[in-house]
Amino acid sequence: MSESADRRPEFEDLLRELAPQVLGALVRRHGQFESCEDAVQEAVLAASVQWPAEGVPDNPRGWLVAVASRRLIDQMRSDHARRERESALATEQAAEPAPEDVPGGDDTLVLLFLCCHPTLTAASQTALTLRAVGGLTTAEIARAFLVPEATMAARISRAKQKIKAAGSAFAMPEGAERDERLRVVLHVLYLIFNEGYIASSGGELSRADLAREAIRLVRIVHAQLPGDGEVTGLLALMLLTHARRDARTTASGDLVPLDEQDRSAWDRDMIDEGNALVKTSLADTTLGPYQLQAAIAATHAGATRAADTNWKQVYALYLVLERIAPNPMVTLNRAIALAEVEGPEAGLGLLATLDGDERMAGHHRLLSVRAHLLEKTGDTSGAYELYRRAAKATASLAEQRYLERRASRLKE
Amino acid sequence: MQFLISMHINPAVLDALTDEEKQAIGEGHGKFMADCKASGEFILTQALTDPSQAAVVSVRNGQPVVTDGPFLEAKEFLGGYYLVDVENRERALELAAQIPDAAIEGLAVEVRQVMFSDGQLEA
Repeated sequence: MSESADRRPEFEDLLRELAPQVLGALVRRHGQFESCEDAVQEAVLAASVQWPAEGVPDNPRGWLVAVASRRLIDQMRSDHARRERESALATEQAAEPAPEDVPGGDDTLVLLFLCCHPTLTAASQTALTLRAVGGLTTAEIARAFLVPEATMAARISRAKQKIKAAGSAFAMPEGAERDERLRVVLHVLYLIFNEGYIASSGGELSRADLAREAIRLVRIVHAQLPGDGEVTGLLALMLLTHARRDARTTASGDLVPLDEQDRSAWDRDMIDEGNALVKTSLADTTLGPYQLQAAIAATHAGATRAADTNWKQVYALYLVLERIAPNPMVTLNRAIALAEVEGPEAGLGLLATLDGDERMAGHHRLLSVRAHLLEKTGDTSGAYELYRRAAKATASLAEQRYLERRASRLKE
Repeated sequence: MQFLISMHINPAVLDALTDEEKQAIGEGHGKFMADCKASGEFILTQALTDPSQAAVVSVRNGQPVVTDGPFLEAKEFLGGYYLVDVENRERALELAAQIPDAAIEGLAVEVRQVMFSDGQLEA
């Protein structure tokens, strides 16, 4: 999928970059986020039909603002306009740029805050962000999340109604609220990235387009807030993780664990950029979870061979991460690092502390990590049973195949 | 996350319901579908014909053999399902509880996560 993304026509990148700016300009002028958002979506669709045929206009941004404004006014005049949009759009003419139109990266950030409104579910936040800020069409988002377009359209429409009901102003939140809302924005972008990196269910392991889109959006935030350590950390984490994309699956789609990956297939440019960002972000006075996860990813990236991994450092970083953001998944990862430093028994001992945690009961990650550590102690029958149970518990087909292979290997 | 919420029906239990009760079930499903569609969680639903209409197909020595179904010697049969895309497992369970069948003794609603899909419906 990354190949097709690389071949994406230039005008599409331009459209995606301009869409949130155009939306910001419209909302500033007319208010009504939800109607403006529809109008911009229609202008984007019109451009994707017209620009390839007639060429990109001299002032693409002005063109989009003009077309979207006209759509908005049409909508205000008549409810029927919406239903007739396709036939009407086909005949849209290139428009004069709007004079009062000012470019604004700030608007993109304000839009992100709005789309990641805390009253919305994560699924709605991600969908709305991809449409209003990412400039993707509803159909594209639906395909990426493997649901019918009607489902995605309803989700986006519901999300906009909720934002309207919450009465949010189109303005940057301030003070503590701003910090709190920024965490939500970063979490939503992280979810979009994860959805692209490893499908939460289904056979397709990687949907690289979503990962690329998440990276693009974090870059926008980073350009606006270069001094925020967590924004920098998130960008670094995504780059360092995405750098491994080609090495983490075989040609047939089978999953390759970190220690067996061909490290020469890792994207060096991405790693270099990620490493540089980690350095910058760690200089920040306050350490956050993304910075620490990025530092862990950078430690892995720094090892030419899996055997050269600085596990002591990985362990220390997980220890800090666990302190500032306690979470059983972090403890689980710390157990893996501990096993590398002190041996599998120590790792198993730490895993035992998770047995009482309801969030981890029967979780496939706990089962598979324990299986892995048991295998290292030589308890092959115990490891076999746990790999089999983990394979049953996972919702990912690729992971299931991998765990079944690990189990079969023990029977040979 | 996508979940299949399947409805396991018992024809004898359904037959014993009054007309009003049957109508209430139909209306309950109608409301459930409308709510689910409005929230952007609905993907698909299908209801199956009576199990007495089922055919069981097997191939023996390369020859297909068709016999009257159903295959399972059970009181309950798959009657239909909803396919939904929701935030998490808790939400799927919450939706399942809104299905009228869940409130009727002798009928069952089962929730299972989808692992693989192909052939997305263009709705």
